[in-house]
Amino acid sequence: MMPSPAVHREESPAYWKKGVQAGLPIAIGYMPVAFTFGLLAKAAELSLFETIGMSVIVFAGASQYIALSMIVAMSGAAELILTTFIMNIRHLLMSASLKERAEDDPKWLRAIYAFFITDETFSVAATSSEKKITGSYLLGLGIVAYSCWVIFSGVGYVMGAGLPQSLQDSMGIALYAMFIALLVPAAKKSKKVIALAATAAVLNSIFSFVPTLNGGWGIILSTLIAAVSIEFFMKGDERDE
Amino acid sequence: MSEQLIWVIVGMGIVTYIPRMLPLVLFHTNHLHPRIQGILKNVPFAILGALIFPGVFTINPENYLYGGIGAAAAFIAAWLNLNVIVVVLSSIFVLYGYTFL
Repeated sequence: MMPSPAVHREESPAYWKKGVQAGLPIAIGYMPVAFTFGLLAKAAELSLFETIGMSVIVFAGASQYIALSMIVAMSGAAELILTTFIMNIRHLLMSASLKERAEDDPKWLRAIYAFFITDETFSVAATSSEKKITGSYLLGLGIVAYSCWVIFSGVGYVMGAGLPQSLQDSMGIALYAMFIALLVPAAKKSKKVIALAATAAVLNSIFSFVPTLNGGWGIILSTLIAAVSIEFFMKGDERDE
Repeated sequence: MSEQLIWVIVGMGIVTYIPRMLPLVLFHTNHLHPRIQGILKNVPFAILGALIFPGVFTINPENYLYGGIGAAAAFIAAWLNLNVIVVVLSSIFVLYGYTFL
């Protein structure tokens, strides 16, 4: 990460624009995922209103997919909501981590951009080269990602299986490719980053074989163990702040 | 369940929003111990590792190689310091080509 001069403050339209640009890869990544969600929602016999409503109100990919499968399996409301909660507790970590680098925006503004925290928007914001992350940057980033998520949920519902299967399949790599694109440049510069990512990757792979740790809990636990243990083993590493 | 489904969706939205919002709105950064701050700064890189693995291998449940090839393509493109969008598009392109082999 390139440290940027701390005092220098750009106008907020510049930050907004940077956020929008940084959101574009996420938007591309979300297209197939949202499209598929819409397609599956139709198959699960949700109405168009409910499908778009879920994307508008929840805005969390994995838990929306899981909700669909639970609706098909006739699960109860409490079970559905609890599962969603467990899946998304990991956002606590991201929100706390973001607070470390976010500018001291007013509470109401933080309350607004907090809504846009996802694995993807967080990863992009947290690895960005900005020293301090501003509210306008986060809003630009979040709104681009969010709009794409909502719109393509609807498009997927309406257009259904129109897209060739081979293209749909290959687009499944998009979000992972983005995560890799965010991780590799940081990893090239810092052994600590490599250690963090590798530890969490190995742990989460192991946890994926444990039924109760599948999904949400596995990610939380492996991230926490890696972040804490590496902090104690490798403190004072050369990482550029 | 269609009548009440919209309320379930609202409930899902609330329990998703709460963890997103609480630390950002309620934490006072200056009171956090430096150790905790260090740990929180580690979170992005750890979580990227956990998000990529093992998930990337499961995008095609019948063929683990499929995700592996896509990940390798992305890795090479990212290693060359290409723009994030270029990395994403090239890995899609490589996998799309792979399906015709």
